[in-house]
Order: sequence, then C-alpha cells, then structure tokens
Amino acid sequence: MRKFLLSTIAAGLLAAATPALAHEGPALDNQVWSWQGVFGHYDKAQLRRGWQVYHDICSNCHSMNLVAYRNLAYLGFTADQVKAFAAEKQVTDGPNDQGEMYQRPARPSDHFVPPFPNEQAARVANNGALPPDLSLMVKARHGGPDYVYSLLTGFTDPPAGHVVPDGMYYNRAFNGGNIGMPPPIADDAVTYADGTKATKQQIAKDVVSFLNWAAEPELDQRHALGVKVIGFLIVLTAMFYALKRKIWADVH
Amino acid sequence: MSGYKFENKAVQWFDDRLPLFTVLRHSTTDYPTPRNLNYWWNFGSLALMMLVIMILTGVFLVMNYTPNAALAFDSVERIMRDVNYGWLIRYMHANGASMFFIVVYIHIFRGLYYGSYKAPREVLWWLGLVIYLLMMATAFMGYVLPWGQMSFWGATVITNLFSAFPVVGDYIVTLLWGGFSVANPTLNRFFSLHYLLPFLIFAVVFLHLVALHTVKSNNPLGIEMKGPQDSIPFHPYYTIKDLYGVGVFLIVYLAFVFFAPNFFGEPDNYIPANPMVTPPHIVPEWYYLPFYAILRSIPNKLAGVIAMFSAILILFFLPWIDSSKVKSAKFRPIFKQVFWIFVLDTILLGYVGSQPPGGPLVLIGQIATAVYFLFFPFLYLLGKIEKPRALPQSISAAVLKSEKA
Amino acid sequence: MAETSTSPLASPPEGETRRDFLLYATTAVGVAGTAMAIWPFIDSMNPAADVLALSSTEVDISHVAVGQSITVTWRGKPVFIRHRTPAEIAAAEAVKVSDLRDPETDASRVQKPEWLIVIGICTHLGCVPLGQKPADPRGEFGGWFCPCHGSQYDTSGRIRKGPAPLNLAVPPYKFLTPTSIRIG
Repeated sequence: MRKFLLSTIAAGLLAAATPALAHEGPALDNQVWSWQGVFGHYDKAQLRRGWQVYHDICSNCHSMNLVAYRNLAYLGFTADQVKAFAAEKQVTDGPNDQGEMYQRPARPSDHFVPPFPNEQAARVANNGALPPDLSLMVKARHGGPDYVYSLLTGFTDPPAGHVVPDGMYYNRAFNGGNIGMPPPIADDAVTYADGTKATKQQIAKDVVSFLNWAAEPELDQRHALGVKVIGFLIVLTAMFYALKRKIWADVH
Repeated sequence: MSGYKFENKAVQWFDDRLPLFTVLRHSTTDYPTPRNLNYWWNFGSLALMMLVIMILTGVFLVMNYTPNAALAFDSVERIMRDVNYGWLIRYMHANGASMFFIVVYIHIFRGLYYGSYKAPREVLWWLGLVIYLLMMATAFMGYVLPWGQMSFWGATVITNLFSAFPVVGDYIVTLLWGGFSVANPTLNRFFSLHYLLPFLIFAVVFLHLVALHTVKSNNPLGIEMKGPQDSIPFHPYYTIKDLYGVGVFLIVYLAFVFFAPNFFGEPDNYIPANPMVTPPHIVPEWYYLPFYAILRSIPNKLAGVIAMFSAILILFFLPWIDSSKVKSAKFRPIFKQVFWIFVLDTILLGYVGSQPPGGPLVLIGQIATAVYFLFFPFLYLLGKIEKPRALPQSISAAVLKSEKA
Repeated sequence: MAETSTSPLASPPEGETRRDFLLYATTAVGVAGTAMAIWPFIDSMNPAADVLALSSTEVDISHVAVGQSITVTWRGKPVFIRHRTPAEIAAAEAVKVSDLRDPETDASRVQKPEWLIVIGICTHLGCVPLGQKPADPRGEFGGWFCPCHGSQYDTSGRIRKGPAPLNLAVPPYKFLTPTSIRIG
C-alpha cells in the first residue's frame, strides 16, 4: 500500500512537471489574483473597473466577440445600465419589410459590437497589425493573467542594440520584443467611477481581471460547486473505506 | 441454465426467459477472484468507469456542438458560457480523456509488471491493446473537434504521417482530408468517427471482460488459483474495494475539473483554427508524447513512422517475446529492474516529445528510442538466463505466510 | 443484502449489524450523490442563457390595416396579430361563454379589442392553423382553420369545432406605444 502510494505520487509529480517544463519565455511579473486557489472568486468591484478600462481603452481596437452585453449583469450592473452600455453601439439588423438591412442600437442579447467590420479593416486602421480578439486572451496565452499583466506593464526602452522597427514598440514581455500595439495604459488613463486611484499597475490589474472573467465567466460557479463536490466525495470515500475494512476484516 | 433458484418469483420468471440475473450472479457473487489482488488491480474498473463517463458527457456535449468548420469553435464556447453546466460537462470530457489515459497506462504497466500477458491471457492482452489503439484514434479525432489552433495543426501533422508511405501516401492523405487540406470535410468525418469509435471500444471491452472471466484474474504472485482457498467472490469483496478506488480517483479527477481544468490543455487551442498560421510550438496531447518522440528521433520520414507504429504493435508479440515461465516481477529480480528502466525510459521519451526539437534532446531521444526497442530482445534473453526466486506453493499459502510475518 | 450473507466468510452476528448499518448509510450517500450528479446533465438540456436572452420580440404594428393579419416570430413560434374589424369584435363578444369548450370571454383575451394577439399553434397537436392570408380558409367561425385535423377557431382565437381542447394561447405582451408591442 505504501509503495503503491509512493509510486502514484512519483508518477503524478513527473506528469505534472512535464508540461510545466515545456514553456519558456521572458520572465513574468507574477501577481496575486483574487480568483486564484480553491476558494478564490472574482472581486466584482474590480471587474467593473476592468470593464471601464476595456470600454474606454481596449475596445477602440480589440473585439470581444464571445461576450454579450447581458453578461455584464454578472458584474453587478443593473438591467438599465446594461441596456445603456449596449445602446452605445449600432448593429446591422434586417432585412425589414422593405427588404433592406438597417441599423439599430445593440440590445443586451447582442454580443459586444466589434470596433472594425472585418479583419482587413482592422489591419488598415492598425498599421497592418491585427488586434486579436480578447474574449479568450487570458486562456490563450502561456502564463495566463500574469502574462497579460506583464505585457500591459512591460513597455520600456529597448535594451542597447535592440532595433525597434518603425510603427512598433518595445515590450519586454512580448516574444521577440517588438509589438505592434502602442502602450495602451498609463497613470490616470481612466478616471474610475468608484474613486480608486488609477495607477498604471491598478489599471492593468483591473483590466486583466476583467479579461479573465471574459475568458472564464464560469469560474465563481466552478469553484463554489467544486468545494461542495470534493467535500462530498471525501465523505463518501471515507465511508467506502470503512465499509471496505469491515467487509475485508474476515479475509485478512 | 444454472440450477440456482432466485427467491424473488418475478426475478425467477424473468431469468427463465432471459438469464440476466444468472449472468449477473456468475460475474459477481459466483465469480472467484484471487484473494491477494493489490490496489494496482483497481485500474481496470476505473478504466471502465472512465469509458462510461466519456460516452455520457460526450452524448450531452453533442446536443450543443456544431461540427462545422465555421461554427465549431463558437459552439464549444457557447457550451462553456451559455449552456447550463456546459462548462462542467465539457471540462469533465476534456480532463476525462487525460484521466482515461492515465488509468489505462497504469493498467497496462501493471499487466507488464505482473506478467498478465502470459498464457493463458494472451488474447485478453491483445484485446486490451486493441482498446488502447482505438482510444488513441478516438482521442485524436476528439481533440480536433473544438477547431482551435492545436486541433487544426495536430490534425494536419498526424494525417500527414500517412504521406510517408511510398506511392499511395499522398492519395491516402487526400482521402483522409476529403480535400487538399484539413478543412470542413475533415472535421465532419472526424466527428462521425469520434462518435462511433467509443461504441466499438465498448464492444471490445465486453470481449475483454468475457476473456477475463474465462481465464480469471492474474494476481501479484503470478500463480494461478488452485482451489477455493485461493479465491474470494468478486462481490462484495472487490466491488467495495473498486468503489473505494472510484472514490479516491474521482477526488483527483474532479479536482482537476473544478480547480485546474486547463492543466492538460494547450493555450493555443483557445485560438480559433487558422490555416495560414502555424503556432510556434506544436505538441500533441501528452498521452502521445513518447511515440511522438520516437517519430522525431528517426531522421527518415518513412522509417520514423514505421518505428512509431512498431512501438505499439510490438506489444502484441509480448507473450512470446518474454520467454520466462514466471509471470510476476516479484520473483524475477533482474526483470524488476529492467521493468522500471523501461517505465523511466517511456517517461523520458514523453519529456523529449514535449520539448521543441533540437539541441542535446535529439541524442537523448535517440538513445531512449533505442532503449525502448532493445527492451524486447533483452526480455527474450532474460527469460533464458535469469534465475527466478522460488514461487510459493499457492496463493493461500503465501497469504498465510505473510500474515504470520 | 442477501449477497453478503451468502459469502463463505460471513462475519459473526454483531459485526453483521454494524456492517449492515454502514452498508445502508454508504448506499444512501452514494445514491444521493449519483442523483445530484445527474442534475447538471438534465439541466444542460434546458434552454441556455443565450436562448433565454432572446425571449422577447418587439413588433411595429402601425402598418397593419383593419382586417389584416401579420405573423411574427416569438421564441421560434408564430404569433398571429390580427387587426380586427368591428364586425369581428362584435362576433367574438356575442358568443355565449357557457357554450364554449374552453370558456373565456373575448375581453379576457385582448388588451385592446381591435388587436387580437395569439400564439399561432393549434392546441391539438401543434400545427399552424390557416387564416392569416385573405385567401386562406377561416372555418365556420371566421377565425382560423387547422388543416391537420380540422380544428376551427373563432375571431377571438377560441376553439369552436374539431379535436383541439383549448383556445389559442395568448402570449404575454405589452403595448409600448399605441402602435408597437413587446411580446414576452
């Protein structure tokens, strides 16, 4: 039994180490996030600030196609606020009874309206670079939220000898160093509605939290349910073990 | 059929017409199982449970999945975001694949360690390998369905393996794709087969169990049961022991599902498939990595593909390659060492497969590949020269002796 | 459990009762856990969040002339909006409620007498009745006629003849302005 446990643990550690060893890249500026850990959950005030950052800054270039305005209700916005956020944008609907497509204000059931109608338009407006969709950004990069945070705060002067082409910027977290995105945030780039002081770090942290929510909106429910399920299983397994001992008592 | 009469009249009535309860009795309370099975024997029932979980979660995922290259990625995200508990079902399915392979790998290595492939269990071993091959095919096609970058490029790379075959290679690849690149027709046929194969696996699992109940379980001593004193009925002894195993296993499995659901996944698969851009570092899912390393270790395309397939196919001949009459590694001091070298070598191959190609890893991979293949001829020779320790007279004798000690 | 007592290595009686208690307790917890585990699978078949978000439809009815009907979609179902003529309203109100299979007054089925809004699905087996287009048969009562099994509805959408058991259902709706409504 002990040997069994030891070898299982050893195999588990090896399996765990393999993917962890596989990723290399610039060092990340690791942060503490409210949703980390078994009991971790989103800080909704922070998500609302992050939405403000996304709304005021990111959404001018980046789409977020998988998220709908109705989802914002989870951050604590009222139905009227959600409706107002949606109504800021126009979407094409139709055809109407005259057979024509028409513009109408977006509704809560609509997904976030992208800043550009298509990829080509986005490239033309951004010096040939395509601003990626942000819906799954945190899940789609090695390092997750720490990577995105490091990127947002990683704009520095290039090291000596490093050549940054025209129209690009140096970022120490970005693979290769040269990124097409200009530094998006600075101190006081937004004025928070809740009065939080908008330092660069604060803005980056808030928007990364929002992006993490956009990528994993189920996280709060997942953690809460997970704690209950694992707790239940521990009890059930203990009962199985006791019963096993009882039933096997006459064999040993 | 049997002379047994059930107390319940309705049960007896039904059983006279379809001997369902007799079969159930035979395979539970009447089924003699060695009394000395250790916890490594839990992984067979765990594998069966994983198969059931995979089919169940899969059936429910399909209710919301759209197998179309333009819609597949978004339909998976809709499952994650809008479908009630869709995230739970999908994460159970995705992590379940990894868990299924962990369980099956332990099950296979357990068979290797205790010589469970030897007479009279050769066919049982073959059926297990067929299940394993079907699993690999199923898992590969399932990984393509979310239509992310890794889905797309994994499908491209793996299907291109077949282009290594001379003359017909390109024709086969075009046939697999249903076009001139991985595209919508490929996704559709992979979806069809991904739904079909698990039921084929289920059928082979049934045969695996029929074979098992014919030859009975091997055990840690590797000696056959000689009489009632060596065995206990499967129910309740092993049902409860298996259930205890299920409980422990579910805790581990669901901890991944709830708290680290993307641990086994690749971030790149959260980027929609783009046929114009290959991600900088393509890796297959971890369960293929040792074979992927063997493929890359051989600098010739055709030879690499052949070596990769041989690495699995050679296992079918194991019952005859291993010339020792003693089954369990417990009584084979040298084999015991060699077994662990083989295990470590496989893990090393897995590590090499996970790394970007190049550097000193190329040589390490080649050595590890050589060790993998040398294991088999060495096993043949070992049976001829190794002096096994004395076997106990019977299972019950050994159990009594260990209890005294 | 009969099986445990048939085991060749049965325990002494006292151990047996304690084991039985543990067995029943474990079985109960295990069955409860399995039942709870089934719920997410069942619930995944319920309408998803995006489906529920689309559960209301806004309709502009300014262009529907008296005597005309339009069909709009609400939750994937046809909704009949009929701008009734005074004669149709009078006919609907004149009916003796006690004679009806599904007794309802016309007034309880409309918010404004000139606008009748009903879900266009026959309450028999779910076909869409005819009567929206001028050329359609409307049955003996001037409302709708279901081609599947011959159910006939009056100008208030009430069942009058044929196999259907209930009147055409009235969806929840609200007049946003005198000429636009929101269904749902």
